[in-house]
Amino acid sequence: MLVLDDIDRRLLDLYQRDLPLVARPFAAMAEAVGVGEDIVLARLARLSEAGVISRIGAVFRPHRCGHSTLAAMAVPAERLEEVAAVVSAYPQVNHNYQRDHTLNLWFVIAAADAAEVAAVMTEIKDRTGIAVLDLPLIEDFHIDLGFDIRWS
Amino acid sequence: MELSDRDLDLVSVLCDGLPLAPRPFQAVGVAIGMGEDEVLGRLQALQQGGVIRRFGVIVRHHELGYRANAMVVWEVPADALSAVGRRLGACPEVTLCYSRPPRPPAWPYSLFTMVHGKSRGTVEEAVAVLAEREGVAHYRHELLFSTRRFKQCGARYQRRMAAE
Repeated sequence: MLVLDDIDRRLLDLYQRDLPLVARPFAAMAEAVGVGEDIVLARLARLSEAGVISRIGAVFRPHRCGHSTLAAMAVPAERLEEVAAVVSAYPQVNHNYQRDHTLNLWFVIAAADAAEVAAVMTEIKDRTGIAVLDLPLIEDFHIDLGFDIRWS
Repeated sequence: MELSDRDLDLVSVLCDGLPLAPRPFQAVGVAIGMGEDEVLGRLQALQQGGVIRRFGVIVRHHELGYRANAMVVWEVPADALSAVGRRLGACPEVTLCYSRPPRPPAWPYSLFTMVHGKSRGTVEEAVAVLAEREGVAHYRHELLFSTRRFKQCGARYQRRMAAE
């Protein structure tokens, strides 16, 4: 695993939210951390390559600019690889996890509208022959401040 | 807040995240014919309007050493859902908190929370402490640990091209 030094840690602690919305955000971050803009860019590139950062961008409030649902399937163990591959291949699927439960495959489908989400779900059911449980969000209770990383 | 077509264009190009370049908002705007000032202005408005919940570095828990994550699901009756949801949603251990429709009998759970930890044991302990502290231990609940990640990326809200 990548060893993160103080500069990396400060970038991750300070900028999971409120990335400066200015023309040169990385220069603004660099100034706050006390290094050059090129260092910040290089560090973020390294963290992205290592997979520590998935992207730098927006987390949208669900259902404000598109539609999504959480879906679950009970897949027989011997078919898990095959079914997971079918599911992951959809660009509308953004998370796909195996979980320790009878309902063992969990994924999120997000698209521009509800009809597209429903169409993907129906297609997955038809292609795999396995029922898909549709668990759309009703209410979001979480106050998202980013993740408080315990470095020790 | 109502989103205009221009806002939706911007949301669509932002799904991949910012390029790592000195003027990333300028680069993002090029693809949709939007100037840097307009990109920044719209992003500020989207953030103030609550459409963007946070804008920043999106980390992957697993790669930071948080190798265990459990989706903790709770069977909370409808009349208590809102109060319990708000309570758990404000807990520092909880990284997501949503209500979703129960699908009985196969799936009786109505409240979903996510808890990350460095090991399965630390997650189990954190959930036990949380349940006791928040007075929710009496609601039937289960921990669904993830055992494999097949795919993880940002949500894509690509708009289908309008017919010319």
